[in-house]
Amino acid sequence: MPKTMFQKVWEQHEVAAETVETPAVLYIDLHLIHEVTTPQAFEVLRQKGLSVRRTDLTLATMDHSTPTRTEQVFGGVPVTTTAAAQQVQQLERNCAAASIELLNMRSDLRGIVHIIGPELGLTRPGRTIVCGDSHTSTHGAFGALAFGIGTTEVGHVFATQCILQRKPKTFAINVNQKLQPGVTAKDLVLAIIGQIGVEGGTGHVLEYRGEAIRALNMEERMTVCNMSIEAGARAGMIAPDETTFGYLADKPRSPHGAAWERAVERWRALPTDPGATFDREQTLDAAVLEPMISYGTHPGMVIPITGSVPDRKGDPVFDKALAYMGFAAGEALRDRPVNVVFIGSCTNGRLGDLRSAAQLLRGRKVASNVRMLVVPGSQQVKAAAEAEGLDRIFIDAGADWRESGCSMCIGMNGDTVARGEYSVSTSNRNFEGRQGAGARTLLASPLTAAASAIRGRITDPRELL
Amino acid sequence: MDKITTICSRTVVLPASNIDTDQIIPARFLTTTTRTGLGKQLFSDWRYAPDGSPKGDFVLNQPQAAGCQVLVGGRNFGCGSSREHAPWALLDYGFRAVISTEIADIFRNNSLMNGLLPIVVDETTSAWLIANPGSEVTLDLATTTLQLANGMSVKFPIDPFARYCLLNGVDELGFLLQQADRIAAYEQQHQDN
Repeated sequence: MPKTMFQKVWEQHEVAAETVETPAVLYIDLHLIHEVTTPQAFEVLRQKGLSVRRTDLTLATMDHSTPTRTEQVFGGVPVTTTAAAQQVQQLERNCAAASIELLNMRSDLRGIVHIIGPELGLTRPGRTIVCGDSHTSTHGAFGALAFGIGTTEVGHVFATQCILQRKPKTFAINVNQKLQPGVTAKDLVLAIIGQIGVEGGTGHVLEYRGEAIRALNMEERMTVCNMSIEAGARAGMIAPDETTFGYLADKPRSPHGAAWERAVERWRALPTDPGATFDREQTLDAAVLEPMISYGTHPGMVIPITGSVPDRKGDPVFDKALAYMGFAAGEALRDRPVNVVFIGSCTNGRLGDLRSAAQLLRGRKVASNVRMLVVPGSQQVKAAAEAEGLDRIFIDAGADWRESGCSMCIGMNGDTVARGEYSVSTSNRNFEGRQGAGARTLLASPLTAAASAIRGRITDPRELL
Repeated sequence: MDKITTICSRTVVLPASNIDTDQIIPARFLTTTTRTGLGKQLFSDWRYAPDGSPKGDFVLNQPQAAGCQVLVGGRNFGCGSSREHAPWALLDYGFRAVISTEIADIFRNNSLMNGLLPIVVDETTSAWLIANPGSEVTLDLATTTLQLANGMSVKFPIDPFARYCLLNGVDELGFLLQQADRIAAYEQQHQDN
């Protein structure tokens, strides 16, 4: 019986299969943790006298509420608010007490949790990966089954290395042909969410397939899988191939020597078998896509950058979103002034994203009406960017170059967009207030963000390429 | 966790679809290290003006919302982040159930773990509830039935295991801990990738 990749990974991790009465007991190969969604889970362990079962399969970092200003990170001013400081300190105490490896503020390996797993070689095909963060779907780019969990479930994984899960359904997203120049993985995933809707993936694990997906590098695949949750999906997966193996081959915690050879052999057996069926399928043509931008207050409200805001007369929710954004139905977004440009996040904070933005900013300036923040996704991304001089390009253009973290994607650390301001952001959510109370977020690719920073207004990056 | 059998309450209605967890509890309140006290920040940016004063036109600031334990929301309630702070804030405020035509996966799981009932109903039932804010409803977990004030009664789906845990006031961790031998045996033969 042919199987999907999801079915194979799922079955390999069933400690107990589901029954009518009980969910499956699913084993977890990697548990990534951070400061925001763990304090209450550690507290439950203490109350119940339990310990962390597999500290060797658990890795901690700090990213959400951490500062990005160098003087705050390394100058003895650890965090922006007292509450954030306490949360970070609590993670340090909790990890020390539980003997969990923590990449702390001074670690060269620290970064956004979904950036560091792959760059360390911990995110690998066929693994089950969870984290108290919905963008854990990122790791599915390697053919891992990876999904976000709540804090109570973080406690379950601490205590038992397992969680209880009902088996999700499967949903194939077939993307034919190839993306045109100036159209990126971010544009592709925004187009997918626009097409299937923000609840289109609920209860399903997506598998992205087809020529356009095969042509993406690992960083681009991570951008696509990252936003699976924005379509409501439990997870997103891409079959491992030579691109995947090439990325992992030199990573510090990847298997080495004979163990690597055996691992690659196992990974080659993971892709969906010919003839396997999915519960749902959807097909897109990548070649016709344009750079995409969001106009509303959820990631499904997107249009091609050359398009105009749709008109849905009589839909009060739609009207409310437009009122929040200060847009009118039928209006073109191109050339609207912007106040802030943010390059970073677990969606677009990798080296390739920074290169992509720098490509446009080289020898150009950020417009005087724009504040631009460039936040690498990890300290390793930062070091690699600096090694090739990308930091100078951003600084010379007038942008702020920061230490790594979630920063302005979620605005927990003081990096926020002011009320009423327009932010072209490479992050993943344009919900009301996501980047700060009253902030207006337009989701776009690093290319579109950089082009808009240069012109000071929403710009099709193809005009500057 | 307290046992749940029935909930009888008037409803509060927020008809918007796609109410995300950033609206339920904005990220700036996630620096807390406890589960309690988030009720006052529930729907903060919809509930309060920038100067902190309550917005009179928001339903939770109106007298008829006082004491209501059931929130009726539009389609795809609880989408967005995995923050368990969302059900914690709803519970701390006093809600014990959320009704929608679709509830986001992670929010639903998080709700069940904390004794907030995520109830999915059909379009007709939802439309009636949205058109009749403040109506009395009865949720019976034993019979998985929602009784409306118009006499209509509908069954709602709920995972049998979650229902068992809620009816008996037991948490899922206890069940997982009982699997220790099976987990150890699994670890013996498991080939990690």
